Amino acid sequence: MKSKIDIKNLNLFIGKQQILKNVNVQIPENKITIILGPSGCGKTTLLKSLNRLTDLYEDVKVSGEIIIDNEDILHSSQDVTAIRKKMGLLAQRPYPLPMSIYKNVAYGIRISESENKKTIPQRVEHHLKQVNLWDEVKDRLNSPASRLSIGQQQRLCLARGLAVNPEIILADEPTSALDPISSQAIEEKFIELKEQYTVVMVTHILRQARRIADYVIFMYLGEVVECGTAEEFFTNPKEEKTKAYIKGAFN
Amino acid sequence: MKLKKTEEIIFKALMYISVSFITASLFLIVFSIFYKGLPSMSWEMVSQTPKGGFYFGKEGGILNAIIGSLYLSIGATILAMLFGIPIALFMNVYLRKYNRFVNGIRFFLDLLWGIPSIVYGAFGFTIMVMLGIKTSLLAGIITVSIFILPIMVRALDEVLKTVPVGLFEASLSLGSTRSETAFRVFIRQTIPGLATAILLSFGRAIGDAASVLFTTGYTDHIPTSIMQPTATLPLAIFFQLGSPIEEVRSRAYSSALILTVIILLISVIARVISAKYNKHRIKF
Amino acid sequence: MSVFSRKFRDKTALFWMIISLVILLLMPILLAIGLYLKSLPILNGQSFWELISESDWKPMQGKFGFLPFITSSLWVTFLSVIIAAPVCILTAIYLTQYARKKVLAFMHPVIDILAGLPSVIYGVWGVLIVVPFISKTVAPFFGLQTSGYTILAGAIVLSIMVIPFILNILIEVFRTIPEELTEASLSVGATKWETIKYVLLKKAYPGIISATGLGVARAFGETIAVLMVVGNVVKVPSSIFDSGYPLPALIANNYGEMLSIPKYDSALMLAALILFGIVLLFNFLSRMAIIRSEKNQ
Repeated sequence: MKSKIDIKNLNLFIGKQQILKNVNVQIPENKITIILGPSGCGKTTLLKSLNRLTDLYEDVKVSGEIIIDNEDILHSSQDVTAIRKKMGLLAQRPYPLPMSIYKNVAYGIRISESENKKTIPQRVEHHLKQVNLWDEVKDRLNSPASRLSIGQQQRLCLARGLAVNPEIILADEPTSALDPISSQAIEEKFIELKEQYTVVMVTHILRQARRIADYVIFMYLGEVVECGTAEEFFTNPKEEKTKAYIKGAFN
Repeated sequence: MKLKKTEEIIFKALMYISVSFITASLFLIVFSIFYKGLPSMSWEMVSQTPKGGFYFGKEGGILNAIIGSLYLSIGATILAMLFGIPIALFMNVYLRKYNRFVNGIRFFLDLLWGIPSIVYGAFGFTIMVMLGIKTSLLAGIITVSIFILPIMVRALDEVLKTVPVGLFEASLSLGSTRSETAFRVFIRQTIPGLATAILLSFGRAIGDAASVLFTTGYTDHIPTSIMQPTATLPLAIFFQLGSPIEEVRSRAYSSALILTVIILLISVIARVISAKYNKHRIKF
Repeated sequence: MSVFSRKFRDKTALFWMIISLVILLLMPILLAIGLYLKSLPILNGQSFWELISESDWKPMQGKFGFLPFITSSLWVTFLSVIIAAPVCILTAIYLTQYARKKVLAFMHPVIDILAGLPSVIYGVWGVLIVVPFISKTVAPFFGLQTSGYTILAGAIVLSIMVIPFILNILIEVFRTIPEELTEASLSVGATKWETIKYVLLKKAYPGIISATGLGVARAFGETIAVLMVVGNVVKVPSSIFDSGYPLPALIANNYGEMLSIPKYDSALMLAALILFGIVLLFNFLSRMAIIRSEKNQ
């Protein structure tokens, strides 16, 4: 299993409170990795430190290494916007940009690549098809994204993220605001997408993890309790905490 | 028990009186301005500059003051926007993580909120004397823009504060720089609110008399360059009202009517904008 | 190439933002320093306390006593806030606790328009309605004779000008009081009025004080409207039916003229500095009170 992201001795403090405690995990390439755990365990923070969105918060101190493609992104000479561009983010709720459906997808392409403007319409179409949204919106590409349903908005956000050609997709409980059918659509999409991308998803829904995970990282109170392939994790957990969690003791 | 009931009734009555008092004050003000201003209102008033003998009740109008006021307040608003929008964006996009610092700036701006415009006006005049600048439209624009800048920044800031952090993160995740996030996402997301805030500042600029009292001068001509002095509506009202001649005083009322109508228009436009221009706004 | 220009644009934007912020923050500091430097000549001749406690104002003879202006300002300001504060408190309680949505929808634009009307319009209205009302109705009722251009006229006009300002803050104050608190009181059997009296008002007390303080700051610096109705007679007023001459009016009426009289210019700058200082002080105390009470909650 080739690893895409290698996290070494990651510690993260907000003020004096330690949110992440000595995290050491590897995230495999072209697989779906699920970060699992009860709420408040630091899983979202771990996800956000992967594309340095933790920079946005006050009093955050990070130490350790996060190595992606042989480069430590925490101490990189590279521009942070370039690091973020490598990763598409899907948040808990859809946050469409305040513009039309078409422009939402075209936005990332427009700002980052000045060449081949002519291909933008084709690429927008391609990415909307990629998330099965094309047929639903092709007649109203210029209407505001806010008019779409929440489920459609979330798929639009995915298409928007894919349009900047990321290598990794980060998803933070992307189905928590959605109805069951939209959730299923997103899950199915992720299974398709792992052929081309490395997917890292945070969830607290055990069944969702069982459905789509290839690899599981289980966190509790800022520590990684156990990580491994999904099969092993669910059928043969090693740690007591993991066993209890799988049985539903935490919920 | 009965006493308590009586007490509540008395206080409720007092509340009704208070609400009626406020409402009645507004209607009384607007009504008396219309009542006194309408009789000498004419097409001439809004379409002509003062002719010879205007200040003795002869023909002419206050077009010079209307245009002067528009030039002045549009100029001051644009100048203030040039600094105000970047500051408000800086506070909410770049400095978002430094909460204490931003709150410090807000506190500072709140302190400035009540600084009387006469202080700005008097100080502006001193600077002009020092630098040998004559009273002019430009001097007025600069003084007024300094006076409305804190008001504008604080109003813009209140609007930009409402942008959810999730949208900020979404924009950055797409590889936007912070300035792209600021100008393409934050501004778009809050356009109706920003427009309302700017209109509010414009209203302050057009209505303020004390800051232009010494800085713009006064003339019967419509200025053709920003280096020329200019009349403004508030001062036109103020000067005409001081006249011993009845006709001139009644023209002051008409001028007041014109200014009131402009302010009411601004208020209506602000309301329409915030009600209708919600096309791209996404509520979270 | 494109990356370079994006970076360049990003840097330029940041640069401009920082410059703007620095200008914004420096401006009032420069203003204060400038006012102070300009008022030094007069402060060198006499002590500050002497100047503000002296009531002789004869610029030609070099006598600059600020007492008439300061007392006029204080009279007009406090009288106006005394009128405005109860009206605002009662209205804020009504609008946040009793009023139906329709009333709120109606009052919102009323308050906004009142807040937006220019000072000079209030002045015109004062000259048209308030001044004659005082000279023809109020003063005769007390057996007095006056032109109507009085402290009282200034205070009435000013009170209506500060009402929307105080009211908006008070509405905000009452809105931030958690509903659970009033619900808890109601559920132990208190009537609505008792809840307002014992819970709401008590909780809102610091907010009410600050809102009033901010109203004072606002009223203190108001210039044109007051100047138009207050009479502008240099004399320490002894009753609300006397004419007064507040500080802002002093500056507005005299500045830019008669600058040839020695120290006159400096005296007016000192007046501006006093205004600046008092407004800043009241704003500061009021804002601190709000912040304190927010922290305690």
